[in-house]
Amino acid sequence: MSGDLLHPIAAMKPKRETFTGNHALAIEEPLLFEIGRADISGVDVEEPEDFAPRLGGHERKAALDLPALSEPEAMRHYVRLSQKNYAIDMGIYPLGSCTMKHNPRLNEQMARLPGFADIHPLQPVSTVQGALELIHECGRYLITLTGMASVAMSPKAGAHGELCGMMAIKAALKARGEDRRVVLVPESAHGTNPATAALLGFKVVTVRAGPDGTVSAEAVREVANAHEGEVAAIMLTNPNTCGLFEPQICEIADVVHAAGGYFYCDGANLNAILAKVRPGDLGVDAMHINLHKTFSTPHGGGGPGAGPTVLSEALAPYAPLPLIASTEEGYRLVETEGAAEAEAPFGRMTAFHGQMGMFVRAFAWMLSHGADGMQKVAEDAVLNANYVRAGLADLMSLPFPDHPSMHEVLFDDDFLEGTGISTLDFAKAMIDEGFHPMTVYFPLVVSGAMLIEPTESESRASLDLFVAALRDLIFAARRGESERFENAPRFAPRRRLDETSAARKPVLRWERPEPEEQAEAAE
Amino acid sequence: MRYLPHTDQDRADMLRAIGAASIDELFRDVPDGKLLKSPPDLPGHRSEFEVGRQMRALAGKNRAAGEGPFFLGAGAYHHHVPASVDHIIQRSEFLTSYTPYQPEISQGTLQTLFEFQTQICELTGMEVANASMYDGSTATAEAVLMACRVTRRDKAILSGGLHPQYREVVETLASMEDDESLSLPPDPAGTEDILSRIDDETACVVVQSPSFYGHLIDLAPLAERCREKGALLVAVFTEVVSLGLIEPPGAEGADIVVGEGQSLGNALNFGGPYVGLFATKQKYIRQMPGRLCGETRDRDGKRGFVLTLNTREQHIRRDKATSNICTNSGLCALAFTAHMTLLGAKGLSALARANHARACRLADRLAKVAGVELLNEAFFNEFTVRLPGNAAEIVERLAAEGIVAGLPVSRLEPQKDLDDLLVVCATETASEEDIEAFGAALERAVA
Repeated sequence: MSGDLLHPIAAMKPKRETFTGNHALAIEEPLLFEIGRADISGVDVEEPEDFAPRLGGHERKAALDLPALSEPEAMRHYVRLSQKNYAIDMGIYPLGSCTMKHNPRLNEQMARLPGFADIHPLQPVSTVQGALELIHECGRYLITLTGMASVAMSPKAGAHGELCGMMAIKAALKARGEDRRVVLVPESAHGTNPATAALLGFKVVTVRAGPDGTVSAEAVREVANAHEGEVAAIMLTNPNTCGLFEPQICEIADVVHAAGGYFYCDGANLNAILAKVRPGDLGVDAMHINLHKTFSTPHGGGGPGAGPTVLSEALAPYAPLPLIASTEEGYRLVETEGAAEAEAPFGRMTAFHGQMGMFVRAFAWMLSHGADGMQKVAEDAVLNANYVRAGLADLMSLPFPDHPSMHEVLFDDDFLEGTGISTLDFAKAMIDEGFHPMTVYFPLVVSGAMLIEPTESESRASLDLFVAALRDLIFAARRGESERFENAPRFAPRRRLDETSAARKPVLRWERPEPEEQAEAAE
Repeated sequence: MRYLPHTDQDRADMLRAIGAASIDELFRDVPDGKLLKSPPDLPGHRSEFEVGRQMRALAGKNRAAGEGPFFLGAGAYHHHVPASVDHIIQRSEFLTSYTPYQPEISQGTLQTLFEFQTQICELTGMEVANASMYDGSTATAEAVLMACRVTRRDKAILSGGLHPQYREVVETLASMEDDESLSLPPDPAGTEDILSRIDDETACVVVQSPSFYGHLIDLAPLAERCREKGALLVAVFTEVVSLGLIEPPGAEGADIVVGEGQSLGNALNFGGPYVGLFATKQKYIRQMPGRLCGETRDRDGKRGFVLTLNTREQHIRRDKATSNICTNSGLCALAFTAHMTLLGAKGLSALARANHARACRLADRLAKVAGVELLNEAFFNEFTVRLPGNAAEIVERLAAEGIVAGLPVSRLEPQKDLDDLLVVCATETASEEDIEAFGAALERAVA
């Protein structure tokens, strides 16, 4: 009877084939608040001897409602939950523009050395010379690989690096005594580009891509001319989000420079050109580097990342604090504006010195690969994307067939026309085949985009299976086996989730049920 | 190369399947002369053993916190993290997964985020929390931007008790955004008057408690004045363990609560990666930055979790987004929530008491040193002392004896006549012997 009051979906009783609701190794796991207890702890903390507190009347009044799990219970809780995740260690993770490559375990081990993990950012500089040397060396590698003048190491992730680069541009314009407000952004750009520009008070003006998926110098010139004297910068991704190298990139740089602006390059796709092309040779003024993409620091289910930002001669003086300098007496750390000598830092992006844990991993990765290995990384990444393309091009639709793909290949949904199956359905069917889907519906410039980035980590056998499975799905779609798509995923820990109702009535935290609800649930 | 699966034969076969004569044919869109003929001028590949040796040599040049007496806090704290936490975050399925864009195969990450958000709400006394920011300093800057959006005003007042580098991060972003920020002078005594500065143009007041200098601040009167003037109170903390013992900012009327979560689950890491915590009131959720995880049902009616309210975010809203943040601190948030789960309320309260007890003990010991003056009446695990000499020089002397003595304020606030001030911290890791060693060394240093 009370079921009538429930949301129709909530009132549906899940089909239960076993008493527990578990299916062998697929074990359902409640929320920690439903299994934890108030009167235990999974950590032994010694109670202090009697002492006189000095909290000055600031003692917590209400009791904390935070249930605990003992260590064995906690291990089970998190291990069971972990088993509901897909991961790069389980199979190909072909998310375009995300560069999901293998994360070497040596790097995890190195990041946990007490000499890196257990040092404080504000220790006397004399006690952290090895840490400063590592950051400096990691930066030198990034400068060498990109052919730029300097690097700001502190940005915390890609979008933070974008902010850093655009702030340096703003500072340089200010030093020139100019208040330019227009930033040119191609329509295929990552969402972070316009968001970053807008955050800094710039006006975003869109540049249209040509029919071949690349931006022409002529298109940039037209927009720049329409905003003469106002152009602060262009934000261009290269290779672009369609997976293509921008053939006119040098001319575009010239046009923007001639218009008095700077060239911000989104470095998200650096993996395609690592140790093959130096962005500094293309006229780039600022570019962030996602250490959690190209340099393999693990993505961790959404971070942490790191976004060191390389800068040209023109922007280098404005790099944010802190600065690390190599001197005869050792490494010097410049943390305050007053301590900067020749430089004119625009300010500070974050407390402390950036993502040290990521620098350690990325540096170990660079040392392991060496210059020769890094070049192979880019080549294999590009080879793999083109191999997938060659294996699927006859069945799927390539919106931009005139250019070779770089590290990722973009398909649109033309090939699904008439099947009644959407890009989303197709992606969900891949889940049932044991794959993480590719990036879908991005970039926005093609209909129903599917962007596949295999990375250099995939063996030929892995790619062959992936291609064969996709081919089988396409034939199924053509045969009209729509239930394989519309009902997908059928075998995942959850079926398709209702995102609309999640957004309409957001439930963003667990609430302890009222006593009567508890009684009801027990019935 | 051990990380690359292809043999040269594989590569040749694959090129043939593609129909390319060479790998560089696939790079033909690169402008003439821009494709490097040979690899850049860096050393060649190395074995795992060799890389390990080189990295260990670098690590060996640093003095780790656990090597001896350690009394440095100031925004990053040396705590014991249970071994199981590191095991949990090294599970491949957590470590090597992406942002949960495909919820059906990301329920592990999503459920832990939902649990994390719930724990943050409970700790801070707020109604909603997001799925993490980069760190405490950037979370503070995002809070100021959000307060400006909510109030449609552009002046932020920053307390002199705010961590100096947090203040600089806010000032940098505010100056770039053409917002105003009014930074009050450093407040080592904990006596500044903010109340009288809040006016009808104030977007927000940013106050840290415990402050950078360790003072516990009465937030309630500030919250009340903010309400009268239509401003928001942004409460900041850098030591989340303090919330096990002191009144949460939400209970005192804060509108946005931000802080650093490093203390739970996360190592010092020389400053990063850390985990920014961000909580606010239900009525502001559509103005919040960052990712949010919400509960829903799947087609079979089973409970599940998804990222939600994405229309605030950059990948949907582009230049109209509430923030440009994308990748955040997912794995650090998992470490935080796993540590918090092991502790529970009981363990957190005990941990907080242990920290406070050690700090009280340290304060008593240092106060016995001739010429040393304690500036705090109330504090949690950190406080400020005035030394009879230059604090930076004394810290260097003690470092030479193997003691990390705290932060000389002048390091972050040069040229402000604060050269004799030292901010010291004692966590549960400080032993009686450590405290005595510090006290005795300080006596020698100032004698």
